[in-house]
Amino acid sequence: MTECPTSSSRRQFLNAASVLGAGMVIAPGVTLHGISEAKAGLPRVSSKVRWGLLVDANKCTAECTACVSACKIEHGLEGHGRVKTDAQWIRKVELRDRGSGRTQSLPVMCQHCDEPPCVDVCPTGASFKRADGIVLVDKHTCIGCRYCMMACPYKARSFVHEVTTGQKSHSPRGKGTVESCTFCVHRVDVGRQPACVEACHKDGKGAMTFGDLKDPNSDISKKLVAHGGVRIRGDLGLDPGVRYQGV
Amino acid sequence: MIRRLSLRLSLMALLALLGALMVSGNPASAESRVPFPRIPKALGATVHDGVAIRSEHMKRLFHQRDETMRQGIRPKDERLQGCLSCHAVKGEDGHAVNYEDPKHFCRVCHDYAAVKIDCFECHASTPDVEISAGGTQ
Repeated sequence: MTECPTSSSRRQFLNAASVLGAGMVIAPGVTLHGISEAKAGLPRVSSKVRWGLLVDANKCTAECTACVSACKIEHGLEGHGRVKTDAQWIRKVELRDRGSGRTQSLPVMCQHCDEPPCVDVCPTGASFKRADGIVLVDKHTCIGCRYCMMACPYKARSFVHEVTTGQKSHSPRGKGTVESCTFCVHRVDVGRQPACVEACHKDGKGAMTFGDLKDPNSDISKKLVAHGGVRIRGDLGLDPGVRYQGV
Repeated sequence: MIRRLSLRLSLMALLALLGALMVSGNPASAESRVPFPRIPKALGATVHDGVAIRSEHMKRLFHQRDETMRQGIRPKDERLQGCLSCHAVKGEDGHAVNYEDPKHFCRVCHDYAAVKIDCFECHASTPDVEISAGGTQ
């Protein structure tokens, strides 16, 4: 998503208003309060960054599910014993080579495409891509039509069928909306790593690397330069932010 | 003469009765004929103008949610958790009550005004931090 020109000019206006004082009288009896006054210095997402994730399938093992468990805990994803419809933001997939019989295991989640088909088909604008490449669902405007779920070639999205309780404050989720991996946007915005990546290094095999694809000095960029990375279904031209090695 | 005195006496009695009614007729008191919402006290210091927040809170929450959602702007205080941590109400178990409880800060007024909000169908309605004191009516 590019920066909205109207909102930035509005912000400049509000900032100018806050410089003049705590509030500005624009007409008799009408006072404009500088709402953004306290927020002027806060960081906002920028298109100078593109978040990406690199999974080394050679390190990932079938029995390890540290990333999946961490995701469930981080976002309070509770199961209802219904495998087909329970929310699933990240899952382990097993690949088997028909010729040699070699199997591989790797995690699949929202691939945070540069050209996300879920955003294309969303009738309300709830599916969107942030300036830094993270694809999200704005549940305030999601009507639960599930077109995005049909459009996603990675089966990355889930629909919440049940009333939810005990949500985490950083991860609101409710019945009737679609949800998917957010790259732990609440963590990324404060300079932390996604929960799955953290768990992969702590309890797993250290197969995941998260970072800025646009920064040539980031770990992920260096690893991609050194050993390359594959986009799943790269033929679709969606340019996912999640890349895989050893598949 | 006697009749006039009794008239004067009854007038005085009426005035005394009216006076007593005026003293006890505080609209916020529990004895009032008209029920009023009993808004729980905030736990922290006053950071916002209560009158403005009463009429503006929904607009400010909407504004903030879009900025956070789309631009990743996450202010420390002006966010739902900021409101909830200061306006938590302690339940009988010592923990903050959730929106299911009629004592929840948001519900007190919304119930009174018959306004149904859906914020807490998705959002957590209790603060992340444990509340220490206060929060009673």
